[in-house]
Amino acid sequence: MKIAQVLSVLLMVWLLSACEPAKVQGVDYDKRSISIALTQEPPDLNTTSSTDSVSFMVLTHVMEGLLSYDRDNNLVGGVAERWELREDGATFWLREDARWSNGKPVTAHDFVFAWRKVVDPANASEYAFILYPITNAQAINEGELPLSELGVRAIDDHTLEVDLFQPCPYFLGLTAFGVLNPVNQEFYESRGERYAADVEDLLYNGPFKLTSWIHGASLRMDKNPEYWDRDNVWLEIIDAPYITEDSNARLNLYRDGMIAMANGMNEQALLGAMQERMQIKTFMDGAIFFIEFNQRDERATRSKYLRKAIQTVLNTEDLVYKVIGNPGSFPARTIFPRWMKGVDDDFVREFPPERVPVDLDLGRKYIELAKQELGVEQLPPITLLADDSQGGSKVSEYLQAVMKQRLGLDVRVDAQIFKQRLAKMTSGDFDMVISGWGPDYNDLLTYGDLFYSKNLNNRGRYASEEYDHWVAVAQRSLQREERAQAFAQMQRLIVEDAVIVPLYERGVVYVQNPRLHGVVRRPIGGDPNFRFARIAAPEATP
Amino acid sequence: MTQFIFKRLLSGLITIWFIATATFVAMHVVPGDPLANAKAMKPEIRKNLEARYGLDKPITQQYVIYIGNMLQGDFGISFTQKNRRVNDIIREHFPISAVLGVLALLIAAIGGIVWGAITAVYRDRWPDSVIMFLVVVSVSVPSFVFAMLGQLGILNLNQWWGSSLLPVAGWGTFQHMLMPALVLGLGTMAYLTRLMRSSMLEVTSADYIRTARAKGLSPLRIFFKHQLRNAILPVVTVLGPAIAAITTGGFVVELVFAIPGLGRYFVQAVQQLDYTVIMGTTVFYGAFLVLMVLVVDILYGFIDPRIRVGKSGA
Repeated sequence: MKIAQVLSVLLMVWLLSACEPAKVQGVDYDKRSISIALTQEPPDLNTTSSTDSVSFMVLTHVMEGLLSYDRDNNLVGGVAERWELREDGATFWLREDARWSNGKPVTAHDFVFAWRKVVDPANASEYAFILYPITNAQAINEGELPLSELGVRAIDDHTLEVDLFQPCPYFLGLTAFGVLNPVNQEFYESRGERYAADVEDLLYNGPFKLTSWIHGASLRMDKNPEYWDRDNVWLEIIDAPYITEDSNARLNLYRDGMIAMANGMNEQALLGAMQERMQIKTFMDGAIFFIEFNQRDERATRSKYLRKAIQTVLNTEDLVYKVIGNPGSFPARTIFPRWMKGVDDDFVREFPPERVPVDLDLGRKYIELAKQELGVEQLPPITLLADDSQGGSKVSEYLQAVMKQRLGLDVRVDAQIFKQRLAKMTSGDFDMVISGWGPDYNDLLTYGDLFYSKNLNNRGRYASEEYDHWVAVAQRSLQREERAQAFAQMQRLIVEDAVIVPLYERGVVYVQNPRLHGVVRRPIGGDPNFRFARIAAPEATP
Repeated sequence: MTQFIFKRLLSGLITIWFIATATFVAMHVVPGDPLANAKAMKPEIRKNLEARYGLDKPITQQYVIYIGNMLQGDFGISFTQKNRRVNDIIREHFPISAVLGVLALLIAAIGGIVWGAITAVYRDRWPDSVIMFLVVVSVSVPSFVFAMLGQLGILNLNQWWGSSLLPVAGWGTFQHMLMPALVLGLGTMAYLTRLMRSSMLEVTSADYIRTARAKGLSPLRIFFKHQLRNAILPVVTVLGPAIAAITTGGFVVELVFAIPGLGRYFVQAVQQLDYTVIMGTTVFYGAFLVLMVLVVDILYGFIDPRIRVGKSGA
């Protein structure tokens, strides 16, 4: 396997060296059309149950929520024209010209129906929790109250009233999330189990609508003539005639002029693209990776000194630049990604995370203290749970070697397939795990509450009253400064208690037709987004 | 003949039942949680999901329900594609894999027989060495390497020509099928070449060939009428399993060439522990294999009258 891969790379380099610079197309200026390749068939276009990024990428084009994002990722009006967020609720005034693709108006009732569906236990939505700030949402989802008790009402066709049982500072951002999109009850019920299964089984209210969908093969979106802001949508057609997970295949399609963008390139594809001097673009997709320690009682990693020892000897720069070598990724020093906003500026600029300098002597001192703390002569071998991918094993082997070399620590790498790694993380069967986290909504809290003692995603069971206090402040306060301070305190505790060792923020590497402009890349809510895309006119041939 | 077919069908059904049961057991024994997602689920949400897929019931009851549904030809709804029935997935995607598979097998069979015959005729001379070297390469290099190389080959061809002669990937026209079918059939072609070669050599030294030569028949007639026809038998034997292997083994080729075949669903389902799709595709492929073996057994009789079933009278 290994040899075959090396051989194939060598052969590829040789074949590529014979290549002419790629001609790049995948765009048609006259038809205002672009072609792209999807990584996967969208598994679920029913907004009330969807969970994956490919579905949300399609949905962000064909659907619209109360609010939406402009090209600079600011929240702007979508179906809602005006809104008001209070401590105990929110009101949205819907625009009169928002329409479904069948010409019927989008009304407040469509939101009430959709949100009830999301928390309906029978619908079993994995994102139901995201509506829990709404009054009674949790009780309904647990089957204790009827759907009608959900704190959301249509005052009239164009006014939506929401009750929040506690202040929810990020609620406006949530309304731009696909799960909170409207669903027309009459249409939904007319389709039954087929809802969202095919082009004609879905109603659209976004800038585009699905016009063709051959499962597993292709998908096409055309501009939606009923969309209220259609005059500001330049593109007429987004065609996805190819669906493949293979990033080399996508790059080859790009080289052959069949698609306008080759997204998510792996190492091999990147190598090929660089050989041909293509312009490589990168973008941070919001995922942040870290070593999480298991703090359960029976684990050696419950010792704070052992965790600090590891924190003190790891050099993340080396890991990111020398081992991972993906030009889009950055070393991480905190759990909060660098693009997230604080009060006025990026959060990490306003509150720079503490830098832990690499100090081998201090690291060894910590090891001695850890032995005392645990009351052992010799530290037991430590298990590092990791995924079994090629990139994953590179990282875990590097970490294993560094900990052995610098601390004399025996680390056993436990490489598992995705679902089994998750099962082991949940049951606590690890000492350290290389874990990742992607955002659910555009607020620091989506990262910060990860180490809240009751959060189920807190797999290491870190429990600190002080941390919980700051999470509670961030959950309830509507004051931006106060919240930012709370996040800064969480950040301090993460370093102080060595809850995790932040490793890197992931970057996605891609190439794109230089004539294609205005493609919005964003970590939250459907990426990439072609809503504002334009194609530059072809240069007149001399 | 009818009795033979009936008997084979019955044993086929038992085989399929066995496959279904074994898959069911294996799937539940394999570590990992089909409902687990990157983000942890609140217990109440998990409970809702379990209820939706019937995973809250005891395992024996799940088995009974599942076999019952299977008997009615219903494989249930996919775990990952929440509004698609497994039956629809098979119905929409198997024909694509089948078309690709048949084309690949055609290339493999014709190629294998021709190359095999040539190597046997030119035994130990240079055409034999060259072809056998290529055979060893084709058998030992994994198909994903050939798939990548094939795609790069098309790409370079297109760039050299200046416009798209052949599509790099995708599905729809006959041009789309050529390279994937070639890549997919390559391994089988190499295998068949070897098989054909050895069986040709065996036949060459047989008594009836000597008799035919002694009778003064023309070499061409001996080759086609006596050698080829007898040597081809073992090749036909492996065609049945080969067609099943080719149609199921196309995963990598389907991935690289962006072909919407069933192989992709088959493999992804295993990775994602999509219970219903695993069960549906495995049982379907199992049934397909059983059917192909049966077809070959019947075909056998037409090629070699000596083993025509049911007429043996023994």
